[in-house]
Amino acid sequence: MSNWDRFVETFFNAKIMAKYLPDIAYGMLVTVELAALVIVTGIALGLALALLRSLGFRPVNWLIIFVVDLFRALPPLVIIVFIYFALPAVDVAPSGFVSTWLSLMLVLTAFSEEIFWAGITSIPRGQWEAARSTGLSYGQTLVSVVLPQALRLTIPPLTNRTIAITKGTALGTVVAVSEILGMASSAVSNSYNPSPLTLGAGAYLILFFPMVVFGRWLETRMAWKH
Amino acid sequence: MPKLIVEARGIHKHFGALHVLKGVDLVLAERELVFVIGPSGSGKSTLLRCLNRLEEPSSGSVIVDGVDMLDPRTDLNHARQRIGMVFQSFNLYPHMSALGNVTLALRKVAGKSRDEADRLGRAALERVGLADRAGHTPGQLSGGQQQRVAIARAIALEPRVMLFDEPTSALDPELVGSVLGVMRDLRESGMAMIVVSHEMGFARNAADRVVFMAEGAIVEEGPPAAIFGTPVQERTRAFIGQIQRH
Repeated sequence: MSNWDRFVETFFNAKIMAKYLPDIAYGMLVTVELAALVIVTGIALGLALALLRSLGFRPVNWLIIFVVDLFRALPPLVIIVFIYFALPAVDVAPSGFVSTWLSLMLVLTAFSEEIFWAGITSIPRGQWEAARSTGLSYGQTLVSVVLPQALRLTIPPLTNRTIAITKGTALGTVVAVSEILGMASSAVSNSYNPSPLTLGAGAYLILFFPMVVFGRWLETRMAWKH
Repeated sequence: MPKLIVEARGIHKHFGALHVLKGVDLVLAERELVFVIGPSGSGKSTLLRCLNRLEEPSSGSVIVDGVDMLDPRTDLNHARQRIGMVFQSFNLYPHMSALGNVTLALRKVAGKSRDEADRLGRAALERVGLADRAGHTPGQLSGGQQQRVAIARAIALEPRVMLFDEPTSALDPELVGSVLGVMRDLRESGMAMIVVSHEMGFARNAADRVVFMAEGAIVEEGPPAAIFGTPVQERTRAFIGQIQRH
């Protein structure tokens, strides 16, 4: 048996791949659910916090900044483990799935709040002044003038950050979430062959490659001539 | 005596330790055009911005078209429709067409339907000679055209007074004329206007009154011929002398 054959046998073993394909497919489904929940709730909360911050109530803003910095500083894995293992002590026992979702949601909330905030503050003061001088209220100016411009600016960094954090769904494997990596790892232990891991890598590519392309497309589509 | 559209009395403005306006009085009658000149940092723009409360006066009173602008019970957003403002840097919304820029407040503030707002918006663009540019975005327009769209955005709301804050300072010289032309038309239609600008030729021809400000106070005011020809105050003479040398 040549080295090449051994390599193929180890990492691209067709028989084993076929056997564990349904498991990986199931893991993909769980990853997609988890990712969708994280993205939707994390970005919505991040935007909500950025809007709240734009109102300029100082004590509220200090709190937002503290929470945001906290979750930007903590490694997501630490938050997952904390929620999963520490909360049961106060009689809240979230599942591994919920722990992973909440953790990644909090991290994405923190990062997206900063990105939205940067977008909002980057809109020149003259835009606010022009709109307010015609009688538009604060809220109308925010919605019709500032946010449409700010959101375009936030798309590239937000896409990058979202992809990075959503890939963190793989961390769910430490709290027994049956997402792609979790399914692949147990398949590796059961088959004594790492080919399911290759399958898992393929599954991640199938999920996240289109997201990267979509981000790129949005970026060009949203550009406007100054 | 003609009705006063703007009546600002005893306006003070502090920015921290900086005393930018030191008790300024400025009135404007119906159909009147007042020019405000003065060195940079003299408080001209701040004064203008106090009139529609883009800047909060530290003290004093501002009455525009009979509405007390500093009364906390005044609906500021409603009152601001009556005060058009044009900025040095145009401040058009880059994500909207020219027509979109003009119709936004018509729809959101004046409560017009989209059709009605579009009709009024096109009429306003027509007045500034840009009917054929309605669908263009600001990025596709020259500076002069952008500023005219900004004027259309303000006049579409049928204001009682127009405030111009150095409307031509950011323009290339060959584009200044088109904006001044639109301002001249507005003037002829009887619009009350306060113009902060250094376009002295325009001031001479079009202004009813010229106000010279320095260091946060009005030094001297009068008809253009008097201010430019025979200024009384030494400070005014020095300023006029300087700008006329250029």
